[in-house]
Amino acid sequence: MRKLRAKIIDGQGLERTLTRLAHEILEKNKGAANLVIVGIKTRGAMIAGRIARKIEEVEKAKVTIGSLDITLYRDDLLGRLDQPEFKGTDIIFNITGKDVILVDDVLFSGRTIRAALDELIDLGRPKTIQLAVLVDRGHRQLPIKADFVGKNVPTSLDESIRVHLMESDGEDEVLLMYPETPE
Amino acid sequence: MSKADIQLILDTAMSFREVLERPIKKVPPLTGKTIANMFFENSTRTRFSFELAERRLSADVLGFQSSSTSVSKGETLKDTARNIEAMKVDMVVMRHSASGAPHYLSQVINANVINAGDGSHEHPTQALLDMYTIREKFGKLEGLHVGIVGDIAHSRVARSNIYGLKTMGAKISVCGPATLIPKEIEQLGVEVYHHIDDLLPQVDVLNVLRIQLERDAGRLFPSIREYHNYYGITRQRLDRAKRAVTIMHPGPINRDVEISADVADSEHSLILQQVLNGVAIRMAVLYLLATRN
Repeated sequence: MRKLRAKIIDGQGLERTLTRLAHEILEKNKGAANLVIVGIKTRGAMIAGRIARKIEEVEKAKVTIGSLDITLYRDDLLGRLDQPEFKGTDIIFNITGKDVILVDDVLFSGRTIRAALDELIDLGRPKTIQLAVLVDRGHRQLPIKADFVGKNVPTSLDESIRVHLMESDGEDEVLLMYPETPE
Repeated sequence: MSKADIQLILDTAMSFREVLERPIKKVPPLTGKTIANMFFENSTRTRFSFELAERRLSADVLGFQSSSTSVSKGETLKDTARNIEAMKVDMVVMRHSASGAPHYLSQVINANVINAGDGSHEHPTQALLDMYTIREKFGKLEGLHVGIVGDIAHSRVARSNIYGLKTMGAKISVCGPATLIPKEIEQLGVEVYHHIDDLLPQVDVLNVLRIQLERDAGRLFPSIREYHNYYGITRQRLDRAKRAVTIMHPGPINRDVEISADVADSEHSLILQQVLNGVAIRMAVLYLLATRN
């Protein structure tokens, strides 16, 4: 059992954070003309969809969205106890020459992002890949850094971050959890 | 296999279908795994399909067809397999003319064994790709009526299809001359027809089996021509049935024996779709087996 330590972001806060991320992405890329937004399944893809809608509102133009299932590119795929479900990647457009905004919910070890980078590069040759995350909780194991960060949350290793989104959980919030019996 | 198992394989295959549309049709999950394709019986489609699936998943692949192996020098199946296993092979895909050979092998070696067709017993990945193709077209399997016509007695495809489709809630009827229908096949929960024109107006899908001349089926009916007259799926027959029946065939086709050329190439035929889906199904099976602990 894990217990709640703190609510880091509430519903309204999440809206504001995503709005800011959308604006930062647009500012840095000078518009949305060459952008494609790619979310990592499952919650990264949902956040990607929301950021894309916000960008569309500001720019009054359609933004291309895709989603990645990085399961096949995991470095711990063989020899895990639980069998990871492969739900499939959904990128039906060419990413070559595009500025790809890669979106995930929580940045932790960096291994998921490594897998996503490898998969993206197998799909084409983007002009740039930029990383946007809702929460950066630290503890990187690979030299990976986000370009756009919703919130930096210093954590200890036994804590965990739970992201709840309307689409999957019926509520928008980010929670910091800790184990009931300290390990 | 349970309904949930079949569902998982079909859903995973759906995810892999997308990989086959990519410019680079290769993903890394089986990197470092070695797979031996042991085909003791000739095969082109199934062997290519498995080999392609393995390579698409980045496995190392070796294989043989029986004509070129030590089997022809008198080695037993067990010895052949154990020698291959001694070279640190992780999985074996096997086709054999003896029913039960893959099952036997799975008990004497540690590597995972996948049945790519054993005698007239089973051909599980064919049934899975057939189910996938039907589900892709109709959006479901439950409640559909699938007919299987031809040499049911010698057909591993028929048996695997019956088991799989029954599990998924479809209704199955088989059709063919009495000499090609096993006695007591009703025990598997299928209906038996001897006149194809009685069956056609009722089915959503018709799986047309190949007349396996190499398995002596030729002795069991008077002539190819007569078989074609009574059971061949022709345009006229389908028009008479007044129903848009979806046509499938596991291949290879004997044109104008069990199916006429214009039907095989018609818009109701899913034959080439089956071949494409076969690669995705085999990727799913290999992937699920390799990542299971």
